[in-house]
Parts: sequence; structure tokens; C-alpha cells
Amino acid sequence: MTTTEPGLAGRARARPARPGSADATRAARNRRKWFEIIGLSGPAAVVFTLFVLVPIGFAGYYSLYKWSGYGWPDEFIGLDNYFGPYGAFKDPIFLAGLRNNAFILVGSLLIQGPLAIAIALLLNRRFPGRAAFRMLVFVPYVLAEVTVGIMWQLLLQPDGGVDAFLTRLGLEQFITGWLANLEVVRWTMLFILTWKYTGFALILFLAGLSNIPDELNEAAAIDGASWWQTQRYVTLPLLGPTIRIWIFLSMIGSLQQFDVIWVASAPAVRSLGASNTMATYMVDHGFNQREWGYGNAVALILFVISFVAALIFQRFVLRRDIQGAQTRGVA
Amino acid sequence: MAATAAQPGLRTNRLPFRWDTPVTYVLALAVAAVSIAPVLYAILGGFRTTGQLAADPAGLPDPWVWDTYGRVLKQGTFWQSVVNSTIIALATTLGVVTLGVCAAFVLARYKFRGREGLYAFFTLGLLFPAAAGILPLYLLLRDLHLTNTHLGVIIPQIAFQLPITIVILRPFLAAFPDELEDAAFIDGASRLGFFWRILLPLSRPALVTVGVLAFVASWNAFLLPLLVLQSNELHTLPLGVQNFSAQYSQDTAGILAFTSLAMMPAILFFTLAERQIVGGLQGAVKG
Repeated sequence: MTTTEPGLAGRARARPARPGSADATRAARNRRKWFEIIGLSGPAAVVFTLFVLVPIGFAGYYSLYKWSGYGWPDEFIGLDNYFGPYGAFKDPIFLAGLRNNAFILVGSLLIQGPLAIAIALLLNRRFPGRAAFRMLVFVPYVLAEVTVGIMWQLLLQPDGGVDAFLTRLGLEQFITGWLANLEVVRWTMLFILTWKYTGFALILFLAGLSNIPDELNEAAAIDGASWWQTQRYVTLPLLGPTIRIWIFLSMIGSLQQFDVIWVASAPAVRSLGASNTMATYMVDHGFNQREWGYGNAVALILFVISFVAALIFQRFVLRRDIQGAQTRGVA
Repeated sequence: MAATAAQPGLRTNRLPFRWDTPVTYVLALAVAAVSIAPVLYAILGGFRTTGQLAADPAGLPDPWVWDTYGRVLKQGTFWQSVVNSTIIALATTLGVVTLGVCAAFVLARYKFRGREGLYAFFTLGLLFPAAAGILPLYLLLRDLHLTNTHLGVIIPQIAFQLPITIVILRPFLAAFPDELEDAAFIDGASRLGFFWRILLPLSRPALVTVGVLAFVASWNAFLLPLLVLQSNELHTLPLGVQNFSAQYSQDTAGILAFTSLAMMPAILFFTLAERQIVGGLQGAVKG
């Protein structure tokens, strides 16, 4: 104990205590310390375990059964929900959902990232009215996914606002069934998600940019670097950790995509695999059709994919950033 | 540009006339327009009739119709869901901040065996989406008789939000110098006294940040309330919007009005709390 608590131990030593009571007080202090540790962090640990971790364990257990959700599951079918003839990996609609998740993930990273960096650099320049512009650009991110989904669903209806807008621009030949054309609808979903979530990347990037001291940019300017050179060689590298954290969060977000697609894309279109995701497929089957064992198998697949992707990303990309945060916090 | 700035001396380097300011404005305007045009369209659409919308989807209200908004506002369901969303969001926020700051305090200011393990345990929650556990969570809540209650949404939301709260709060609490703690001890404070009387007041900015994040996450949440809350009178705003659009699917103007009204609290709240959110994230992304 003395080694781990230099402050307290130092004081205890400095104050000449009676020899017999020193051990007793130290033991009492130690007991009290553990009491506080458990009392303060216990409730959070219990709630977190019970409502976040335990359900994942149960998903694994339930997924081995064919189960309608009533009583205790008793029809054990092993891994049939995964690999059986009617298992998830044999269902083309589930595989389509998996592909749609991958499409959203890659599309989000490739479009939102560069877009948000460009806008962040733009809005990081000093000009009057900058605060107002920032506020406006954050609006899509603030809105609830459901409101966004329903709003765009109305705008994208045949002869809705978007079609009318395109007609005015003389682009009517491009009009298509944005939400009905099975080839187009996943692009429509990606568009809505891009509109919604670019603001999130932007908030992170602007926060990251404001941590970069102005002196660095000024020094670069004094050394004769142009604005573009400063951004490229000073600002962007320093924004690296923020960008990597955003990639991580965006990745997890893309894999669990549910809300926008659930409300903006019709169930019939989803059920054909044109716009569904793993999460919408899971709720359709597990909750709505009461195939609880099967739904839980899908849940576990979603969990494993996210978890493995996150661990790999943390291990190889985020490690430096996160270690920095931890050692800084502890030291 | 750099060459011109270097010639007349360094003094003008601070705020030189920028030939590219107009370009900046044009680009910023374009980005802002794309961001809010759909929202404005929805708000204005609420002032038109469904007939007007069908006749000229891109037109302006002519004449302005106030009745649609009035109809939605007079409906009990809108206000009911506002109240439900508020109750759930406030309770979630209070729970997350309370549990989160206590755990973060222990992780930041106590030295004990297994501390990093406990921290890693909490950060596990960041490695997979909450949606992955939603089906068994529903079954668990059913067994606990918490389905179709507000508590059945609040408690899991607290659990979902704990990891990010702890990740943001811990470095903040750890950054206070040890001398501050020593000074409190010398003045006779216990460690809990130090936490309660000194650390908590000083941590207000960080607490507000995690609180705002929890509040917004709860306010916008859809999947969990969708599964847990069956009765209409318990529904939150996102569920209310979805119900309305399903129930009155032909009433485009009505849906636009309802959706616009549902957006207002979030926009208002964000306008008030923007500084806190961005400010708090600055600390979070620094690491």
C-alpha cells in the first residue's frame, strides 16, 4: 500500500505515529479504500454488466435453439440457425443485408470523411459569421434518425420535393424511383446517411482542429508555406488521431444501422434485400416474426463482426492514440 | 499568397485582406444550404395543404395554412410523446451522470490492483453496437416485468451510455493535480469529501458534456423504445412521429408539420448546448 499511495504514506511517515497503531490505521484505511472503490464503481459495473454484456451472452445461448420466445428454449438445434439449410448464412436476404452494411460502411468512410475534412478546414478559417455557419451545418446531425428518415421519405416520393427540384434544374431524365428502384435504393439510403452523419464527423474534426495551436500554422506561414501547404503538412497530420477515432465510431455506427432504414425504406423493399441491414433483418425476423432463436443468431453475427472489426482496428490503428490517452490519464 | 504576406512585413500576417474570403463564403453558403434546405422544405411544407404540395411540390405556401400545425399541436399524442421523451431523457441523463462520475472518480483517483482491468471492462461497451444485444435484452426486460414501462427504456439506456461517459470523464478527473487532493486532505477532508466538495464542482463542464450527449442519445433513440414500449400513451417522440406517418400516410402536409415540430426541441436544445458539446469533445478527442 505504501508504495502505491505515495502522498498518504509520505505524510504518515513524516508524522511520528505510535508504533503499534500504524498497522491498524493502515489496515483500516485500506479497508475503507476498498469499501469506497466498490461502493462507487459497483453500481455502474452491475448495470453495465446486466444490461449490456449479459444480453450478448444470452444471444449466444438462445441462438442454438429453435424458439418462439415463450417458456424456456428446449429445442436444441446446434448451429443450424447459422449454417443449417435454413440458417442465416444460407439466406440470400441476410447475405444481402450483410453486403448492404458493408456498402454503407465503405461508402460512409469514403464520402463522409473527405467531405467533412474539407468542410472542417473551410469552417476553421476565420471569417465573420463562422459560428452561424457551423450551427447550420450541424443541424442534420442533431435531428433524430427517425425524423430524418421520415422527412427524406416524403421528399423522395415520386413527384415529391426532390423530383420537383431536379425538374426545375432540367435534370428530370435522372429521376427514378428513389425508394422503389431496387438497384437505386441502397444509394438513396447512403445519401440520406451521408446527409445525416457528415455533421458528426464535422463536429469531431472541428473539435480536433481547435486543439491545434494557431502558433503552428503561423510558424508555417512565416516559413513561407501557403495555406494549402499548411493544411496538408501541419494540420492534417495533427488531425490524425481524431480522424482515426472517427473512422472507428463510424464503422461501429454503420454496422448497427437501423433507424433511418427502418422508417425510410418500405418493408417490402427491405424484405427483397435491396436496402435491409443486419439490424433490420434481425428485428424483422426475431421480434416481428417471433423467430427468437434465429433472430439471436443474427444478433450474435452482428456482435462478432463488430467486435472483431473493432479489436483489429484498435490493435493496429488506434493503439497509439488510446495508449496515449491512458498513460496521460494515469500519470 | 504566402509570398505577398511575407513582403509587407509580419504585422499584416495576422489578419491580412484575404482575396479568397468571398470564395469561403460561397462554399460555406453551399454547404449550409444543403444541410438545411430539406429541413426548411419540411417546415414550409407544414404551412401548405396536401393539395398544394401535390400541385407544385417545390412551391412556397400560397396561401399560408396555419391549420395543419394547429391540428398537430392540439392533438394530445404530440404533447404526450414530448412529455414521455422528456421524462425518459432526464432520468437517463441523471442516471448516467451519477453512475458514470462515481465510476470515473474511482478509475481516475484511486490506485488499486485491477484498475486498468476495470477500465478495459467498461470500454468493452464501445467495441460493439448496442443493437447487437437488443433481442435478448428485450427478453431480459420481459422477465423483469419492465417491458412497456419507462424504466425498461431508462435503465438499459443508462447502461449503453456508461462506457462513453466514463471514457470522457476519467481523463478529465485524472487531470486535476495531486496537490489539490493533498491540500484537501491537509484541510481534513476525506477522499469522499474531496470528491463531493471539490472535484464535482470543478468538473461541471465535463459533466454537462456527458449529460448533453446522454440526453440527445436518449431523445433520439428509436430501436429500444420501439421494442419495449407497446402502449401508445408511453411512446416517445420518435415513435410518435412514426405512428403519425403510418396512421395518416395520405396527409403529407400533416406529417411534415408533425415532423417539423418534433425537430424543434432537438434544434433548440442543440443551439443552447452547442458550445458544451463541441467544447467537451475537444477534451475527448485530444487523447
